[in-house]
Amino acid sequence: MQYAKPKTAAEAARLLGAETGVTRVLAGGTDVMVQLKAGMVEPALIVDIKGIPGIRDITPEAGGFRIGAAVAGLELGDHAALCAMYPGVTEAAQLIGSKQVQGRCSMVGNLCNGSPAADAVPALFAAGAIVRIEGPNGSRDAAVETIPTAPGRISLAKGEIITSVFLPAPAAHSADAYLRFIPRTEMDIAVASAGVSLTIDASGTITAARVALGAVAPTVMLVDACAAALIGTKLDAAAQEALEQAASAAAKPIADKRGTIEFRTKVVGVLARRAAVIAYVRAGGQL
Amino acid sequence: MKTIQVATTINGDATEFVCAPDESLLDVLRNRLGLTGAKEGCGTGDCGACTVTLDGRMVCSCLVLGAEVEGSTITTIEGMSTADALHPLQQAFIDHAALQCGICTPGILVAAKALLDRNPDPTDTELRYWLAGNLCRCTGYDKIIAAVQDAAQKMRTA
Repeated sequence: MQYAKPKTAAEAARLLGAETGVTRVLAGGTDVMVQLKAGMVEPALIVDIKGIPGIRDITPEAGGFRIGAAVAGLELGDHAALCAMYPGVTEAAQLIGSKQVQGRCSMVGNLCNGSPAADAVPALFAAGAIVRIEGPNGSRDAAVETIPTAPGRISLAKGEIITSVFLPAPAAHSADAYLRFIPRTEMDIAVASAGVSLTIDASGTITAARVALGAVAPTVMLVDACAAALIGTKLDAAAQEALEQAASAAAKPIADKRGTIEFRTKVVGVLARRAAVIAYVRAGGQL
Repeated sequence: MKTIQVATTINGDATEFVCAPDESLLDVLRNRLGLTGAKEGCGTGDCGACTVTLDGRMVCSCLVLGAEVEGSTITTIEGMSTADALHPLQQAFIDHAALQCGICTPGILVAAKALLDRNPDPTDTELRYWLAGNLCRCTGYDKIIAAVQDAAQKMRTA
């Protein structure tokens, strides 16, 4: 195995594109190192991206924030302005692993690991995050929901890396929230999860919404039917019920040791409803 | 496999080592530098026995490559006491019998110090959540919580 720590994103992309063997991108390493330890992969090349300028920075941009691909969970949590703007995203990212893991794990790593149960990902989907991708043909931006394609699979081409994720400036009276179910309080993987972002007008009517569900399909998924159940309502009981049903109807989970199909289908609806209530109140709505 | 030369600062001392590209920081500390305080429990970031701080943030050293720490500052359990005095956390663990086999103890001490550096007066709940990534199979945790709170109280009034 070779270890490389390039100084630019273009060089990282070139190294990854030129390597014919298995490659891994190293940011926080909290998934990659586990894969190495377990012998799941034997990479010919590991590219440590932490030498790329800006990769560990949180930078204000166009009223929102650009977050480097190697920014760790605790660094997000320590950034007061980011937490105030995107409480759902920052709380979700801080649910990943232990405080030790939080010292290293990144949202982009969580995304690129391709797990349908990744905690940061439903919140990023709901927030309308945009990732910046560096590759052999230069730089491009993509909506975060275009990245995961299957468990452990993402849509990046050979030689492409994500260098940052951009959280746009939210409209006035907007907020987000993320909830997951685990059978204990810490250190576990989501059995089902939901991220909600919404905007309300002066009357408390929801004018825009995005709802993403985790761990109930091969990838995290953005569910338009859930958003439709919210838009135009004041999140009254009927709207909450419609959201819950839309989420459960969209769920296509597997049964495994962490949850049955029936349990996940039910719980993902409950989580979507509760996350919507939190986001609504955070946005200034009154229930 | 080509070895990599790494220059770093460990417990305040400039330290250079060579390592293989796929060698973890934990293996470097234990096998190349003789710093055997950090333990390998799980090797996959679940148990916290290998906890060290890397540039001020606590991490599982089993999930860090040795090659990654070029130019970084690391503290391990070996840097906690002074030549002639235990750290208040170490003394409190003895006073409260907050350990039995001791395998998890170095990691818990490093983690507890990292919390108290951020928050000198944590609640029991904050402390329990902070230490959720440090597994102990002997004590039942209550004595660990009592020891950290006792040390925190002594450190606040010191």
